Amino acid sequence: MSAPVSTSDPIASRDVKRHVAIAGNPNCGKSTIFNVLTGLRQKVGNYPGVTVEKKTGRFFGSHGEPMELLDLPGSYSLQVRSPDEAVARDVLLGRLPGTPRPDVIICVVDASNLERNLYLVAQMLELSIPVVVALNMVDVAEKNGVVIDLMALREKLGVPVIPMVATKGVGFIELRQAVSRSPLPPPSLCAQMPIVLEREVMALAKSLPVPAEVARGEALLLLTLHDKALDEVTHHDSQIIAATKVAQQRLRTAGLDPLSAPVDARYDWIGTICAAAHHAGGSHHAVSLSDKLDGWLTHRVWGWVAFLAMMTLMFFCIFTIAQVPMDWIKDGAGALAKWVAGHMPESELRGLLTDGIIAGVGNVVVFLPQILILYFFLGILEDTGYMARAAFIMDRLMSKVGLHGKSFIPMLSSFACAIPGIMATRTIEQRKDRFVTILVAPLMSCSARVPVYTLMIAVLLPVASGWKKAGIMLCMYVIGIVAAFCMAWLFKKKLFKGETPMLLLEMPPYRLPSFRSIAVRMWERAGLFLRRAGTVILALSVLLWALVNYPKPADPKASRSEVVAHSIAGRMGHALEPVIAPLGYDWKIGIGLIGSFAAREVFVGTMAIVYNVESGDEENIVPLRDTMLAEKRADGSPIFTPLVCLGLMVFYVLAMQCISTVAIVRRETNSWRWPLFQIAYMTVLAWIGAFIVYQGGRLLGFQ
Amino acid sequence: MSAEAGEPLSALPLGQKARVLGFNLPPEQHQRILEMGLTVGVQCEVIRFAPMGDPIDIKVRGYHLSLRKKDAAGVRVERL
Repeated sequence: MSAPVSTSDPIASRDVKRHVAIAGNPNCGKSTIFNVLTGLRQKVGNYPGVTVEKKTGRFFGSHGEPMELLDLPGSYSLQVRSPDEAVARDVLLGRLPGTPRPDVIICVVDASNLERNLYLVAQMLELSIPVVVALNMVDVAEKNGVVIDLMALREKLGVPVIPMVATKGVGFIELRQAVSRSPLPPPSLCAQMPIVLEREVMALAKSLPVPAEVARGEALLLLTLHDKALDEVTHHDSQIIAATKVAQQRLRTAGLDPLSAPVDARYDWIGTICAAAHHAGGSHHAVSLSDKLDGWLTHRVWGWVAFLAMMTLMFFCIFTIAQVPMDWIKDGAGALAKWVAGHMPESELRGLLTDGIIAGVGNVVVFLPQILILYFFLGILEDTGYMARAAFIMDRLMSKVGLHGKSFIPMLSSFACAIPGIMATRTIEQRKDRFVTILVAPLMSCSARVPVYTLMIAVLLPVASGWKKAGIMLCMYVIGIVAAFCMAWLFKKKLFKGETPMLLLEMPPYRLPSFRSIAVRMWERAGLFLRRAGTVILALSVLLWALVNYPKPADPKASRSEVVAHSIAGRMGHALEPVIAPLGYDWKIGIGLIGSFAAREVFVGTMAIVYNVESGDEENIVPLRDTMLAEKRADGSPIFTPLVCLGLMVFYVLAMQCISTVAIVRRETNSWRWPLFQIAYMTVLAWIGAFIVYQGGRLLGFQ
Repeated sequence: MSAEAGEPLSALPLGQKARVLGFNLPPEQHQRILEMGLTVGVQCEVIRFAPMGDPIDIKVRGYHLSLRKKDAAGVRVERL
């Protein structure tokens, strides 16, 4: 399930003295604390049955005792809205099999945003697990003129409070000490609920089949669920749910709204704490630097300029800087294949190694530089707080098709490659929005389509100017964008019905990014990508290699193109002909479609094999272009007419044709249903698109 | 709670300070907005609008929260 991200794992889990969970709101610096405590002794895996990432790490208490640290997903409340928040809640209630209920919770609190951050603390204190509050970013708070009276805060909360500046390494010794202290008593204070509510909580708690220390917290959570959520509860039998509903009704009759009363009670309690411990530096509220920056960065005109400039820079780096290491990888894979070929006698095994495994895996690894650069930028955008602004700026546009501002970055990233784009959808809380974004993201023209576009444009317009070619290229991008938005709208309308969820977006103050955290994240992503997508790719590359090579023709001197024609892929091409004939394609193009099912750019190489052109190089397509231009049908008319070329390009805009994406979608949605559905709808869409271009064009009198 | 009193948060002009009076939202959204700190009696201020006019960025309990006008229409406030 989970494999170590790095290094050996010197401590067996039975030696772990304490299970510590680290929780906190998004943007409170929780990951920085996690990373500093655990270093690279981290593991990333999944919770069984859900797509939420489980991050654990080892660290040592102040006396060297080993402890396990579990990074809970950032959440605003235990009243869950997203699968991430559900995991946080279930761990804390000890409900998740395989994850022990933590012995201590480190609750990270942003000192510069104390009031709202204390809300989650207030909920944590109701769970009777010892809590240590890590009061992070005290430096920022001080700069904002906020003085926090630590003694008063400790007294009012009744738990240890450790002032920290995680980015500068301040407070970690004290934090370790607080967590290793023994014994650690459970919290003694928490928000007082109205007496009618408290009575119902106690009554319900008695009937719950859970350990006594969890019962009150669990009962309170149940009583504050709305009807729809109550009906979805699966870990309690229907009697308890019915009892909860009756109790809620009694509360309503008594004039108390069970959904809002506990929230109000907690905020009232927080109000008294802040009044005692929180001293804002006078009433003269100076406009902060962050606010000034926002004046520019979300400005009606300059906001767009800054946004476009940033996106351009990001894509410039992804397309140009990444090209250098990508070429190394390509050349490296080529050299390795050559070396193997030079050191092995001609055999089936050699073919499998060079053309199947090395070429196939090379095709995937080649995307790694782009993914790393993209994650570097996403990390900076996230850590500085600009991501929330991008969502803020784009939300209006995205909401037109029923999506969320947060869907924008994944869609944009997909121009480079759908894989990091789909991985970036994790920031979207709503499952529906996330799935719609995943489903349409591969419609954005990724960099793997560029070789196909380049070849087809060269065949279409062998002598046209660069501007004309660029114009056609741009059209393909536009077709992809329009298709993505239309399909998103359609899916939102038909597949994921229901109200558009509300947008509640926190706009954190701008901060300097922590490059250490970003580096750790890039490292993690690279590992995940290589391991998970790599295994599937390897298997499928071998399969595809076999498809274009077997069965071998009887004549051992057969040329490459004769081998392909005789192979299963060749036969599939023939079998496919009736389906693709309406698009103007013959069986040879069919082989190209099959061969590039795993990766679009393989189309170029496959066509080179089919037409028996020596140089199937992506850089030098002139010989291949000339051969394709000369290719004739049985009646002597050329195959690659302008309409066929355009149709083929449109096909590649819309078709899935990428096994790595399939593997990632499978992983991110945790089911085969969505990737299969995605292949089906995109292939149908691609066929229809190519059909309209070819047949529609012929009706209009074009060739 | 006064669900009809005052005016909707979405109607406030830029820079306007207001106090929350009540909510006119479905239970789930009502609870979510409360948990983000927008509770009855709390003060908030309209800080800015997104370049296309929606969503709105408000300041509440010392932090910035943005929400769509459609949802803000369900928050009843009185001007201060």
